[in-house]
Order: sequence, then structure tokens, then C-alpha cells
Amino acid sequence: MSTLEIDRVRKTYGSLEVLKEVSISIGTGDFLVLLGPSGCGKSTLLNMIAGLENISGGEVRIAGKVVNELSPKDRDIAMVFQSYALYPTMTVRRNIEFGMKIRGVPAAQRDKAVRAAADLLQITHLLDRKPSQLSGGQRQRVAMGRAIVRQPKLFLFDEPLSNLDAKLRVDMRTEIKRLHARLGTTIVYVTHDQIEAMTLATRVAVMKGGVVQQLDDPQTVYDRPANVYVAKFVGSPAMNIIPGKVEIEGGSATAVIDMAMRPAVRIPGIQLSSRAASRYAGRKVLFGIRPEMFSVGNGQAQGAISVDVDVVEPTGPDTLAVFQLGGVEVTARLPPKQVNARASAILAVDRSKVVLFDPDSEELIN
Amino acid sequence: MANALAQHKPIDEALPRKTRMRLGRLLIYGPLCVMAALYLMPLWVMVVTSLKPLDEIYGGSFIGLPQTVTLEAWRAAWSEACIGTECTGLKPYFTNSLLMVIPAVVLSTGIGAINGYILTKWRFPGANFVFGLLLFGCFLPYQAILIPMARTLGLLGLAGSIPGLVFVHVAYGICFTTLFFRNFFVSLPDELTKAAMVDGAGFFRIFWSVILPTSIPIIVVSCIWQFTQIWNDFLFGVSFTSGGNSPMTVALNNIVNVTTGRKQYNVDMAAAMIAAIPTLLVYIIAGRYFVRGLTAGAVKG
Amino acid sequence: MNAAKSFSSRLAGWLPRIVVAPSLLVVIVTVYLFILWTGVISFTSSKFVPVYDFVGLEQFVRLWATPRWHTAVANLLIFSALFLSLSTGIGLLMAILLDQNIRAEGFLRAVYLYPMALSFIVTGTAWKWIMNPGLGIQKVVNELGWTSFTFDWITDPNMAIYTVVIAGVWQSSGFAMAIFLAGLRGIDNSVIKAAQIEGAGLPLIYRQIIIPMLRPAMLSVIVLLSYIAIKSFDLVLALTNGGPGSATELPSTFMFSATFRRNQMGVGAASAIMMLMTVAAIIVPYLYSELRERNNG
Repeated sequence: MSTLEIDRVRKTYGSLEVLKEVSISIGTGDFLVLLGPSGCGKSTLLNMIAGLENISGGEVRIAGKVVNELSPKDRDIAMVFQSYALYPTMTVRRNIEFGMKIRGVPAAQRDKAVRAAADLLQITHLLDRKPSQLSGGQRQRVAMGRAIVRQPKLFLFDEPLSNLDAKLRVDMRTEIKRLHARLGTTIVYVTHDQIEAMTLATRVAVMKGGVVQQLDDPQTVYDRPANVYVAKFVGSPAMNIIPGKVEIEGGSATAVIDMAMRPAVRIPGIQLSSRAASRYAGRKVLFGIRPEMFSVGNGQAQGAISVDVDVVEPTGPDTLAVFQLGGVEVTARLPPKQVNARASAILAVDRSKVVLFDPDSEELIN
Repeated sequence: MANALAQHKPIDEALPRKTRMRLGRLLIYGPLCVMAALYLMPLWVMVVTSLKPLDEIYGGSFIGLPQTVTLEAWRAAWSEACIGTECTGLKPYFTNSLLMVIPAVVLSTGIGAINGYILTKWRFPGANFVFGLLLFGCFLPYQAILIPMARTLGLLGLAGSIPGLVFVHVAYGICFTTLFFRNFFVSLPDELTKAAMVDGAGFFRIFWSVILPTSIPIIVVSCIWQFTQIWNDFLFGVSFTSGGNSPMTVALNNIVNVTTGRKQYNVDMAAAMIAAIPTLLVYIIAGRYFVRGLTAGAVKG
Repeated sequence: MNAAKSFSSRLAGWLPRIVVAPSLLVVIVTVYLFILWTGVISFTSSKFVPVYDFVGLEQFVRLWATPRWHTAVANLLIFSALFLSLSTGIGLLMAILLDQNIRAEGFLRAVYLYPMALSFIVTGTAWKWIMNPGLGIQKVVNELGWTSFTFDWITDPNMAIYTVVIAGVWQSSGFAMAIFLAGLRGIDNSVIKAAQIEGAGLPLIYRQIIIPMLRPAMLSVIVLLSYIAIKSFDLVLALTNGGPGSATELPSTFMFSATFRRNQMGVGAASAIMMLMTVAAIIVPYLYSELRERNNG
């Protein structure tokens, strides 16, 4: 069993509050990603779980045991760092076995553990090299090897892929996912890259300003972001946030979005709970529409909208079309060669997936 | 940036391109070589003068090659020349300098290393202030502490002794060595220490097994700098020692300032060479590290 | 068990401070307390040994009434001005020339810098011999046929201070060169390429772009050379021993002879305090700005 509970944890430096009562709890085998921009407190939180920073308030429990006062070595954790932090003067083998040596593990057992880890990570041929003779990807593997031999209750990853080039990053991402599937250890992983969060996590905690904005599984975070901030942070291009109005017609909600030179766009059939419908009827809201929720439509279909495409950006598999809607710039992801720049186009919207946000609190309307 | 400039070739010239380039190169190499000659001249003069017999010095030119090469002056400087009333040559003073410089270098470098480690990897509130306090010590005009130090050495019973000089050099050397090691360790990622902590290593273990093995270059810089500074020191030597306990530089100055009889310039130069050889050797062998120590106070990081 | 653990972890938390404490203590005593002590002595009538009777600013008044001290201060001004400008100028020129893809750059750099490895006593001894009018440069030039040539500055009270400048520049200009060269190597190539594309020639690029970009290096050179100038002691002692007469007296030599040779400890302490204040006025702002930049970067 290796659960992790972060219970109302706070971090202050003098009067500066870096983390404000953060509570996260995950179960055995979970892959938690702490996602957020730099300065959101995610690395601080990870360091506090590791015992590298003091906890100003609250409790961290690993496998049910409070670890606040324990030093890193007594917390049964292993950590992979952004810069890999390989000991530059030691060979790969000595890097991997350094922790075991300190714990007094006998040589034969150390050797076995090193071999097993090297095998798993395919770095057996590198064991006698120095870190300076390794490529970025190889260093990354060694850093993971060093973590694996500890057989910890909890793996901690601090932006482990951000020093790799784009291609290698994708490969290593797959590697980490495979490793997690194989070892089944609980993982806490810090990143600012929302794609890493989506691909790797079983649970994502989106953070901003020392507060967890949303803690959910990745698909929920993507489909039903808890607020405008999360909506814009997760997904690329970001979710379009379009101001408009809700009208209730015969029990169904219709989105009304003002257009500059044309009549207002009306999109009927928006999903809304009856409680929210009665509360927001006739009021201003923010509509959240992901770029891929648009499709090329025809003039007759209900809720089809006519727009003037400003720019098209082909990405290969799709084309991104940029246009004005409701006074903001909106991006739609469409199949290639369907629309042209500086021409009008008819688009349809997947109405069942449109989400609504309160314009004042910017929170999701359920 | 040298490459960028070298790639730049003026295009609009009247002279053929090649001639112009050759002229340009001449204008660069010319002054450089003249300067080099000027810089080498005093060393040359010292060497040739030390190899000449005295009569040739008074008769011939000071810059020319010796007609008869003799090591007599070197022998005299080493074992016969008079320092004050004692005519022992530089030999015992050379030993004094070694006895002073070796413990002082080892101690100040060791202490500087651990200070630098603490000030970068175990930062505590006020660590920066502590560093500032030490840093000012690098720029202390030592005249400002001569009198109290002389009194203190007297009180400690170290007045006029080599251990006293070692203490003085360690006390003020710490400032420099801490600066060296701090600036070096600042560039080592903190994650290295964190990784070692997660691996279970403690304060001293991390220092010995992780940090120290990476710091060979800066250890060399520190040792060379301290060696040069302490070996070449004159002010502390002349202020805190007397007679037979003096270091090399003080003895050399005494030999040179002897005013009785016919001035033995060849012996003076041989003595100066003997005093210069240890630091010159270090410079020739490890000049790169010497330059790093030299510029450490100026170039950031 | 829990209490023991928290004690040992608290000890571990204090360990770095405990380890650094002895050196801090030594520095606080030998630097700051000793400065204070010197300051106290400068307010007493101490002569051969310190006595602790407060006499106010008497020693400072006496110091500034001493002609020898006036000579020392005037000499320091002349020496610093020439030493700084010549060392900086020569150092910058050599650094720029060395930065032109020179063959044997390493060798030349080593030649320019080796004087820094020598003791000022050795330098002084060598230059004393070279500038000796009877046997040195003057004699060589005379024998070459220019019989009216004289170079007897070292024995001329009006010119002797310039011999100290010559030896000092010889010893320290390589140091300026090293710092400038490091600064030049740190300049981003693309800036120069951009200037070339704009059609700027080499002299213009150096004057308008590169030398202004060397400002941090220039500041370091000037500050560190001023420090060397103010504390110059060994060089003067070995080269001229403060003479002829008191023609090459500097504050550093004045302090030493007042304290240890003329039994005027109070005056010596007062002069030391004057030196310290001069150095502090230059160094403290420099260190402050260096440290602040480091923290920001």
C-alpha cells in the first residue's frame, strides 16, 4: 500500500504564502500530475513531499504515516530531478548504487539491483561511463534507474522531461508510462506541460498561485474544466472562452452570441441542468468551446454559424481557422482545405459538449 | 567573438586584399611582440646577471649574454650571503617559507571549501551577510590590522614565530578561499545535494562523496592562489617576524639592501631568482588555474 | 523516540552554522575587531606600545601636519592616476590585439601575465637594477653611442615616483589584460555580426559597441587596481625604500615606518584608518553592486 495524502498543507516564507491549504489525496498505483505554470507552487509541494523543504502547516502522509518530521531518507521515496542531478564524478553504476551503499546494502545485493534496473532501462552497456559521456536521454534513464533501485513507496518526478528535445521527450514520456504500468508504484509528477499531464496522469491537479484549481482525472479536466483558468491552461490551442447570453426556449437552452457586423448567432440545444437553467436564464455567461468542437457545416443545419475566417494555419492533420465570435478571437480545428482565409465559412458546433462559466466568478456552471 | 571579427573582411579597399590583410596582421603582431619583449626583459636581465661574475657586471652591459657563465652567485645567494649579521644565505629562509606556506595553504583551502559548501548548499538566514563579511576581508588594507595583530600574536605567545605567520595567513586567506569555493559551488545545481539527501547522505557525506570530487579544479585554483600570495607576502613577514624566523621575501630584501662594500648585483639577482622560482614554476605548470584565481574577484559566477 | 529524532534533526539543521562559526569568529575578530582596535589606538597617545588614554583627534591633527604624510598622499595620487590609466590602457590594448585569432595566443598571454606571479620584492629588486644609472639602461644606451642620454629617475627625488609607476605597470597590466580578455570572450558574437551587417568597420565596432560592453570588466579592473595601488608597500620598499629622502613615500610605507621604526604608533594608526576609509569608499559600493547583481541573476 502506498497512498499519499496531502492534508491542508501550507507553505510560507515570512509573510509570503506560497501554498494555501492544499489538499490532495491519491491511492496506491495512482499517477498524480501537478500541473501549472512556473511559480504556482507545484515544485515546492513536491519538495515538501520529498522532505527537502519544511512544511509550514498541515500534514503529509505517505502510506498512512505522517512524514512531516522525517528526513528525506526516512520517507521511503525516490526522486528524479529536472537536471537529473547525476553525481558527475561517479560512474553510472556508482550513481545508481550510491543510496544503497549509504544504507549499507551488501555488495552482492547491490550488484543484483543495479543489473535489474539497468536491464529494465536498457542501460547495461553504459554502467561504467561517467554522466558527462551520456546523451540527455541516457542521463534521464540513469536518473530513473537510481530511483528504481530504491523500490520506494513513492516516486517523485520534478519536470523530468523539460531538458530534452521535442522528439526525445515524446519517447521518454512513453517510457515513463510503460515503467509505471510495469512497476505499479505511486507517482507524483510535476510539469508545466499539459500534454504530459494528459498522457501520463491518472489524476491531474491543476495549480495556480498556491491553490489547487481542479483535481480530477485528465479527461474530466479536459472536458469539464473547473474554471476559465483551467480551461485555458489545458489543451492546445486553448479552449475558446466566448461571452454571450443564455436564453431558455421551451425547456432547452440557447446560446446567444453577439456578432459585430451580422445578426447575433444562436446555438440551441446547449446542455444545462434545470437548476442552472433557471438561475442563468436571460443572463450573461461565458461559453467554453474547444477548437475541435467546431466542424464544417451547411447553411440549413440548426445552430450553424456563419463566420469570416481571418487566418488559416494548416498543421498537417488539421487546419486551424481563426475568426471573430462574440467580440473575441476564436480558433477552430477543422479538416484540411475546407475553409479559406479572408472568406466566410459555415461552421457547426458540437452542442452537447459546450460548457458554461459564470462571468463573475469564472467558475464552471454545472 | 574572435571568429566573428576574423570573418569580417573589408571589401572596399584600394590595395589588393591580400596585402591589406598582411599589413593588418603586422599591425597586430608587431605591438604584441614588442610588448612581449618588454615583459620578458626584466626576467632576462635577472637570469643573465645572476650568471655573470661580478667584474663582468661592472665592466660590461647589463643586458648582454655572460662571457663566462658561473653559478657562483647562485651558490653565494643560497648558502653564503649575509642577511643582517648572519651569513647563512637564503637556505634557512627558504625552509621557513616552506614551513609557513604548506600548512597555511592546506588549512585555508580546506576551511574555504567547507565554508563555500555551507554558504551555497546549506543556506541559512543571514548566509549572504556572512558572505559579505568574509568578502570585505579580501580587500582589507592590512595596515589597518597590523598593530592589533602584532599585539595579539604577542599575547598568544606566537610573536615572531612561523606558527604565528601561519595563523595570520589562514585568517585572511579564508576570505579568498571562501570566495573561490562559493562562486564555484553556486554553479553546481542544488538538485545534486537534494538527490544525495534523498539517497540518504548527510551533511559531511554529501561534502566528501558528492561535492568535493567535483571541485578538483577549484581546489587547484585555491591552492595556487594561496601559495603565490603567501609565498610572495612581505608585509606580514616583515611586521611579525625577525631574524632567523623570517620568510624568503624578507631575507631577500635584506640581502639587496646591504650597503656595505662593493654591491654584489649578481648575488642579488640570483637571490631574487631563488625567491621567484617556486611561484614561477607553479605559474608555468598551472598558469590556467592561476589566471582563474586572479580573475575570481572580478568576473562574476 | 520521537523526541530523540527531533533533537538529532534539529542538530542536523544547526550543523552548517556550527561548522561555519569558527571561521566567521576568526574573521570577525581579525578583520572587524582589529579595525576597531586600530581605530581606538588612533585616538590615544600611543607611541612604542599602546596606551589607552583618550586624546581625541590629536593624532589625526598631527598626521595632517606631517610634511612626510603630505608627500605620501601626493605620491599616492600621482602613482594611482598613472598606474591606473597606464595599466588599464595597455591591458585593454593587449586584450583587443590578443583577441584577433592570434597564433601563439596562449604563449603571449602567459608572457604578459607572469609578473603577477612574482613577489613585488623580486620585481623591485629587478627594476632597481635595470634603472640603476651607473649600470642599467642609461649605461647601455650611452655605450650604444648616445652619450648624452640620462635615465637617473631612481636617484632623482622629483622623478623617483615614476620609477615605481613603471615597475607597477609592468607587474599589473597583465592582470588588466586578463580581465579584459575574459570580458571580450564573453561578448555575444551575434552583436558584432549585426553591426557588420549594418556596415560598421572594425574600429567603429570596437569604439561604439565592444568597449562600452566591457564596462563591467572596466569597473572591476579599476577597482582592483586602485586597491593594489593603495596597498602598494613591498614594491616601494624594494625599489626605492621610500627614497631618495622621502620622495617615494606612500601612505602604506608611511604607516609602517611610523609604527615600527619611529615609535609613533598613534600616528601610524591614524594613517591606517585614513587608508582603510579610502579603500572602503571604493570597495564597499563595488561589492554591494556585485552581490546585488549576483542575487538578481
